[in-house]
Amino acid sequence: MRREPLPPRTSTPGLPGGDGELRVQSLNARQMLRGGDLEGANRPAALEGSELEEYVQERVLTTTLDDAVAWARSNSFFPLAFGLACCAMEQFHTAGPRMDIARFGFEAFRASPRQADLIILAGRVSIKMAPIIRRLYDQMLEPKWAISMGACCSSMGVFNNYALVPADKFMPIDVHVPGCPPRPEALMHGVLKLRKLVQDDPDMGWRERYDAVGTEERP
Amino acid sequence: MPDATGLELLAGELGDAALETVYFRNRATLIVDPARIREVLASLREKGYAFLASVHGVDHYPEEPRLGVIYELLDMDSVDRITVKLRVPLDAPTVASVSEEWPTANHQEREIYDMFGVVFEGHPDLRRILMPEDYEGHPQRRDFPLGGEPVIFTRDEAGLLEAREEEATST
Amino acid sequence: MSPTASSPHSPGTGKGENPTLSAYRRREQSITLAPLDDDLDPDMGARDELLTLNFGPHHPATHGVLRLLVTLQAEIVRDIKPIIGYVHTGIEKTAEDKSYWKVIPVVERMDYLSYYFNAMAYCGAVEALVEVEVPKRGQYLRVIHLELNRIASHLIWLGTSALDLGATSIFLYCLRERELILDLFEMSSGARMHTRYFQVGGVIEDIPRGFEAKVREFLKIMPERADEYGAILNSNEILLQRLRGTCPLDAQTLLGLGVSGPLLRAAGNPWDLRKADPYSSYEDFRFKIPVGTVGDNYDRFAVRLAEIYESVKIIEQALDGLPEGPYITEDRKVALPPRHELATSMEALIHHFKLVTEGFRVPPGEVYNPIESPRGELGCYVRSDGSSKPVRVHMRDPSFVNLQALAPMVRGSYIADMIATTAMLDPILGGIDR
Repeated sequence: MRREPLPPRTSTPGLPGGDGELRVQSLNARQMLRGGDLEGANRPAALEGSELEEYVQERVLTTTLDDAVAWARSNSFFPLAFGLACCAMEQFHTAGPRMDIARFGFEAFRASPRQADLIILAGRVSIKMAPIIRRLYDQMLEPKWAISMGACCSSMGVFNNYALVPADKFMPIDVHVPGCPPRPEALMHGVLKLRKLVQDDPDMGWRERYDAVGTEERP
Repeated sequence: MPDATGLELLAGELGDAALETVYFRNRATLIVDPARIREVLASLREKGYAFLASVHGVDHYPEEPRLGVIYELLDMDSVDRITVKLRVPLDAPTVASVSEEWPTANHQEREIYDMFGVVFEGHPDLRRILMPEDYEGHPQRRDFPLGGEPVIFTRDEAGLLEAREEEATST
Repeated sequence: MSPTASSPHSPGTGKGENPTLSAYRRREQSITLAPLDDDLDPDMGARDELLTLNFGPHHPATHGVLRLLVTLQAEIVRDIKPIIGYVHTGIEKTAEDKSYWKVIPVVERMDYLSYYFNAMAYCGAVEALVEVEVPKRGQYLRVIHLELNRIASHLIWLGTSALDLGATSIFLYCLRERELILDLFEMSSGARMHTRYFQVGGVIEDIPRGFEAKVREFLKIMPERADEYGAILNSNEILLQRLRGTCPLDAQTLLGLGVSGPLLRAAGNPWDLRKADPYSSYEDFRFKIPVGTVGDNYDRFAVRLAEIYESVKIIEQALDGLPEGPYITEDRKVALPPRHELATSMEALIHHFKLVTEGFRVPPGEVYNPIESPRGELGCYVRSDGSSKPVRVHMRDPSFVNLQALAPMVRGSYIADMIATTAMLDPILGGIDR
């Protein structure tokens, strides 16, 4: 691999004392926010009132705490490492080098459901496995989401018979990804759709989301 | 596969344990008496068929005797295969288990028990292997329904089910 | 139903046995003890205490949803009971409901890493029943795709096994190669997995222009990459210590257990159906069978790694010798006529209609067709009664039978060896549970 030599570092113009001194940099930053330029000809007067507000709005990002939290949550799903059947192979490929799920920040596949917040049901759900998946989903902490990957868990798929259960029958699913198996791109599309869902509609808890408050089981 | 004459000779040697021979598409099948299966397999093993490749079940519904168990034997030295078949009726579905001399039959006989209901006597651990342990019925019998579930989706749950009910009651 | 938590108990003494266990659970946890190793320290103090631990079905170290009930004495595995059925899909019963043509996609999804092999076993069985000949070009195309699938399957095995054993970068390298193979599959059939490419009588479509060039490109880099993996893994001291000498099992016991494929070859028995009983033109190709000596985990690993090179050789020979001609049988009662004939010939139209709506009828009979899949002998038993739907389709899956060998292999070794052995066993739960 050919690498171009990096351009030599020149000191940032306008900063006295060079770019190696952190204290100087932070002082300069504070001064910049207050509205003053550092050195040089056009040093406007310190801004006041509405001008200061405008100046700040252009430079500082403000948001509600909810939105910020939703943004952070949606960009750092921890998927549960959970593959059942053929869709799991395409799930591997989504985490693989070509269709890299790590680009979006979701490469931390956790083994334990207590540490995961996204369960991707990859594969067919048989009646023996359904209570176990439900138990896994219950062990995950709020907020949690579920993606049903593939035709089999979304809608019985190729096999509509005695042995399978559609995933919606025993747990709430947020995004269904069709395909048999869905391409890694399709799964990625589903995950990104979920990300958009979480960013726009960050209701905590699936019981609020699906109008199921009051259905908790008593121990 | 032993050719047709070889198959007849084999059947002759087994005596009255062999009920019938079938030579179909270059493959040899021996239909044997269910009570003598262990000795048939033992004598075939002496002839060289030392590898039990597969044990699987068939449901011949509606012909009686209904349940069949098929053993696929392989002779690795002379690359020869032979199929041994037996049939048991539904009201007495017991067959002697061969899992003692042929350890490979362990899980496979459990699967036949699970799917067809054939009870293998002498099996060390006969219980369901693929279906949940409290499942009722033997799914791969021909008169067991295929089953299936209507599909529902979480966000659409109420709407779809209601629409389907309306359709069912109106038509 | 009692929860499947770990419960320390000493069976046989009756002490501490959970009274709420059903008879089923009690039988499930019954164990057979291996004789104690002499190297064990007699003052260890753990002699009387056996712990039954439940591995799975959700566990990062199992290949699919395999549940293992492991009975441990300190860290030594005394007994292991695999519990399966968590992906049971009723494939065989579904296949009875569909016409012969439609069974192919259903049956492909059984052993989901070697989908072409499932289709090959099934199509071979139906071809024997219907007595159609697959033309030479069809056979060669089948061989090319089968061997590509074998390489792809071994790559996933290598990647996930290395992941289990701690070598996480190999997983990404193997996926990189597998992407190339899946690109080839997409080129020839349109789908990456479960391609429905094999049909009764041949293959569904001829390979497109440019396929051969792309395959040759792949064949040039695959041996180099396999060398890389070998170099990385064979000089990894931890991997060698975990694999060498662990959990060996001799060929005689394996034969009794019905094990075939790389596991048997690692133990020294060079049984390979491609050489012993060639099908689909395998006799035209020259390739070797890698055979191990000791039968431990390292041999299983080395045998599979070496098989990748042999598969590359086979594909190259198949491409070099690819004959011209039809790629599917000309028997219009079994295979669809080519599209251009539908415009001109009335019989072609009628055949097409009959095949698509009802399907072809198969004369009554039953056939067992075995082939060599990446895990062992994959056999397909098809029974027909003259109608257009099969009466019984049974897939003799190699992983299902090989799983029985796990218990004898693992008795007396450590948990870490058990993980390594499960990885080297290469179980595919789709095939085990069907």
